[in-house]
This record gives sequence, structure tokens and C-alpha cells, in this order.
Amino acid sequence: MNDWSHHLIIAPILIPLMAAALLLFFDERKRTLKAMISLASTAILLLVALLLFRIESAPHSFEGVYLLGNWAAPFGIVLVLDGLSALMLLLAALLAIATLVFSLARWHAVGAHFHSMFQILLVGLNGAFLTGDLFNLFVFFEVMLAASYGLMLHGSGPLRVKAGMHYIAVNLVAALFFLIGVSLIYGTTGTLNMADLAARIPQIEPDRRMLMEAGAGVLGVAFLIKAGMWPLCFWLPTAYSAASAPVAGIFAILSKLGIYVILRLTMLLFSDGPSAGFGSDVLLFGGMATLVFGTIGVLASQALGRLAGYSVLVSSGTMLMVLGISEGTVSSGALLYLISSTFTLSAFFMLIELVERGQDAGANVLAVTMEAYGEGEDSPEDDEDGVTMPGTLAILGTCFAACGILLSGLPPLSGFISKFAMLSAMMGTGAIGTPPDGAIWTLIVLVILSGVASLIAMTRVGIRTFWSSLEGTVPRVLVIELVPVMFLLSLTLSLTIQAGPAMRYMDTTIRTLSTPSIYIDAVRNATVVEGWKAKSQEASP
Amino acid sequence: MELVLSIAIGLMTGCGVWLILRPRTYQVIVGLSLLSYAVNLFIFGVGGVKSNLPPILEDGVDPASLADPVPQALVLTAIVIGFATTALFLVVLLASRGLTGNDHVDGRNEPK
Repeated sequence: MNDWSHHLIIAPILIPLMAAALLLFFDERKRTLKAMISLASTAILLLVALLLFRIESAPHSFEGVYLLGNWAAPFGIVLVLDGLSALMLLLAALLAIATLVFSLARWHAVGAHFHSMFQILLVGLNGAFLTGDLFNLFVFFEVMLAASYGLMLHGSGPLRVKAGMHYIAVNLVAALFFLIGVSLIYGTTGTLNMADLAARIPQIEPDRRMLMEAGAGVLGVAFLIKAGMWPLCFWLPTAYSAASAPVAGIFAILSKLGIYVILRLTMLLFSDGPSAGFGSDVLLFGGMATLVFGTIGVLASQALGRLAGYSVLVSSGTMLMVLGISEGTVSSGALLYLISSTFTLSAFFMLIELVERGQDAGANVLAVTMEAYGEGEDSPEDDEDGVTMPGTLAILGTCFAACGILLSGLPPLSGFISKFAMLSAMMGTGAIGTPPDGAIWTLIVLVILSGVASLIAMTRVGIRTFWSSLEGTVPRVLVIELVPVMFLLSLTLSLTIQAGPAMRYMDTTIRTLSTPSIYIDAVRNATVVEGWKAKSQEASP
Repeated sequence: MELVLSIAIGLMTGCGVWLILRPRTYQVIVGLSLLSYAVNLFIFGVGGVKSNLPPILEDGVDPASLADPVPQALVLTAIVIGFATTALFLVVLLASRGLTGNDHVDGRNEPK
């Protein structure tokens, strides 16, 4: 590895951070300038994420350990780039560019500091994906949450403030759980570096082990709240459906962040030793309960926004359940499912706003929002000067159908491929010829049932919206709003076409993850840059 | 010393949990503040309760006679973050009060 690509690891944190700081210098009225800065930063971020992803997916993948401040690993804090974090960085960057472009049509103008908060959210997300240290994870988590509080309230209005207040209260409590967990783990093991923890946990004495496991459990609760595991999920559908469309679009990845951390920590800390398999039952049964709750919610929701919110729970439940059975090939299918469902949900959240714009209820909410903020009507960049989409209703309908296909897991899109990969791996978990055991069967049935439920719900809503709508009003939709949705949906299509290479990448990632010694050795053997140290020692006397 | 600290943490946590389950927004924020004080003390406590010991490592000094500096650094970060988020939550409370006209967490008065 050469020098510049090594420093590239920290770029996903620095680029949006600098952009957010720069954005604060400009007045709210210079909207075009702010949008350009934000867009440029996100585009560069996407480039960096692509570069890092390419480096990671090369056959001779380098173990990207970045020592911040040139301090050796267990003492200083580290950033670690491996297959999983590179994948999540790319996912976050793709979602960011799509939702940002979508917001430029009108949503970025309905409140203050949208772009700064958006960039800070990216700082927190990327930092949480890259960090190799538990306390640093807390800091990045809080950075991300603080920005998400602001974004949640973006656009204001009674509904958003109410949902936002619940969202903030729940997440503040989750942050306290996080702190209790981290401090218990520090108190029992004496370290917060993830690699160091992984090496120490198998050797910990039995009288401290229980306390350490309690700490890990409390820590897990914090992430399960974020991921929306039943019964910690009641805030989620309300919050996601009340948030403005581009915000809900980027929020689709926040619940996946919880899942990422759980995947990372269980694979790293509890893969062998006396604590092996810690918490997997909780994930399995909690995931099942979440899936059932989400499925019932999907069937019961009248409003499109709530349907999407419950779909987030369905996707979280599926992921958690699969992590609970912790089986290599199943997990790589689940990773593909994570990518596919994140794209789908993000596209769906944005699509909902466009579809509902034609209906009275949605239009009213938007009008109230504009009124509440007080500058909707006379904003200099009203949507009148944008280019409207020709054949709006046909394209909206097609996108809606694609979302339905993706959510229910029908061919030909990637929802099918990823569910197929998971289910076929589950069928084959036992020895050849023996049928899978009860838990696996339950799981398979639940996943298929949730797909059927999504299909029913989406068909019902689709018929009501596109076929039997009485008003016959066609929503005014700009090209700039539909292109991001189509972009995300086309990504799922390309994920289907490139399913082979994608699955290979997921397999490699999961294989690396299930051998924690690779991660541990990489962090422990990371050497400080000598030249710099020698220079500073020369300078000091 | 340990006994006093743990009783204090337990008492504050108990009060905090009771308060965040109350229906008024002001009670919720006081509850959250109490909980975060309790958690901050808890973090401080996991490094071992030692009084009058410096957290600074020096050559030739037995590490057992020093306080653990890491929890102190952690608690500082936790205080700053907790303070900022509490301030933000206060603003949201005020916005909610202004928009709904009352201070119920669901924005409505419960039926009498």
C-alpha cells in the first residue's frame, strides 16, 4: 500500500466535516451556493468510497489500519477499514448522493441548516463504520444522532415536533445504555480497543465474565433500539413516516448502522472462547418477534409512510434473525439483503412523497409545513422553474411496482436474489439429507410470509393510488426528484445482474469477519510511522 | 465511600427512571438529566473509587497508587455530549409547547 491510499481511510470523515464547517459561513439565503458545496462534498465522498471499495475488493486486500495521531494501537484510537466497512461506506455514500439530489428540488429550503446537518450526519455514519474503538464509536454515534435530531425536525410542524420529541427521548436513553455498557466493559477488561477486547475476552476470569457479559448486553440494547428490535421499536414507524422525504430516505441506513455494529461486535468478540455465541438467542427470537410485528404493521397500515416504516422493521427483523443463527453462508446472503433493502426503503420513502403529492392529504401536510416555516410561498427558487417529468404517472407507477417487487422479494430484482441466497443457505445448514431444525423452519416460513404480506399491502395501496383514484390529479414531479429514485432502483437491478461478483464479495467479507484473528493481528501489528517520530525527536532538543 | 457512591447512583437512577415515565415534558427532561448524572458517576466509578490520587503516570511511581485516567477522560466526553443533547431537547420541548399549546409528551391533555 502506498502513502496516499493509506490516508484515504480518514477522508470519509474529514470531507463532510470540512464541508459542514464551510457551510456554516454562508447565509441561509445563498441556497444555490450551499447546495453546490454540499453536493460537491458528497460527490467527492462517493469517489473516495468507490476507491476504498476497489482497494478492498482487490484480491490482495490490504488491512487498512489507520493510527490516529501516530499512536500504537491499544493506546491510541484507530480507524479500521475492512471489507464490511468499505461496503457500508459505499452504501452510505450512494444513499447520500441520491437523497441530497432529491432534497435539492424543494425540501432543503423548508428549514435552516439542512446541508450542514446532512454533512454532519455523514461524518457520524462514516466514523461509526470506520472506528476500531468502542468509545470512539459512542462519539461518532452521538455525532450522527445529534445531526439526525436536527434533520428529523427539518420542516417543523406539530406532527414532526411530536414524533421528533419521542425520537430524541428514546435515543437519549439509548445513549445512556451505550455509556453504561461501554464503562462496564472497560471496568472488566481494561480496554476499549475492539481488537484488544477480542483478544482479551477469551482469557477473562470467570468472576468478571458475568459482569462483562452484562455490559455487552446493555451495550447491545443501545444498538437494538437503533435497529428497531421488538419491543424497542415503537418509536420507529412514527418517526420515519413523520420525517421529510429525503431525511427518511437517508434514515433508512441508520437502522442498518445498528445492525452493522451488532454484526461487527458479535463476530469479533463472541466468536470463540467461553462467551461464544453470546446473545444469539436474543437476536434470533427478538428478530422473529420484530418480523411478526413488522408484518402485522405492514398489513394494518393505511398511510403509505407508516407502511414504509413497518417495512424498515421487517427488514431489521430479517437481518437480526439471520444474525441470530450465525451461519457463514446465511450471513453473506443477509449482507446482500441489507444492501438491497436499504436501497429499496430509501427509494420507497422518497417515492411516497411524490405519490402522495397528487393526493389531498400529502399536499396539505406539505403546505402546512411551508406555512409553518414561513418562506415557502415566496422562496426565490420556487419549484416553478424546474423541469417537470413527462409521463409522470407512468414512471411513478413503474417505480412503485418495482418497490413492491423488491419488498416482497419477487424476481427479477435483487430482493429476490438476496432472499433466495439466505433461504437456500438456511435449507442447507444441516448435514446433507437431514431437514433443518424447528427454528430454521420457523424462520423460513416467517421470511416468506412477510414477503407475501408486503405484496398484499403494496398491491392494495397501488390499486388505491394508481387505478381507482377519483380526483385524477397528476402530481407535479420534477426530473430532479424522480432521477434519484430511479437511480436507487436501478442499483438494485444492477445488483441482480452482478449477483455473482456481489455474492463473492459478501462471502469473502463474512469469511474474514468470522476469523477475528485477521482483524486482531492487523490492528496489533500496525506500526507507527517512524520517519515522523524521528523528525519530531530531532526537533525537540 | 463505595457504599455512598453506589447508593447515590441507585437513588438518582430510580428517580430518573420514574421521572422519564411521567407524562409531562418537563418531568421527562429532569429525569433524563438525573439519569445522565447517574451514568456519569457510574463511569467514574468503574475506574475504582480512589481519593486524593493523581491520574498522571510518572516514571518510578507504582501504577497501583494512581487513579485510572481513562474513565475520567470518558466522563468528560460524556458530560459534554449529554449537556449538548439536553440543551437540544429543551428547544424541542419549547417548540412542542408552542405548537400544541400544552406540555404533554403526546401533545394532548389526557382525558379527565
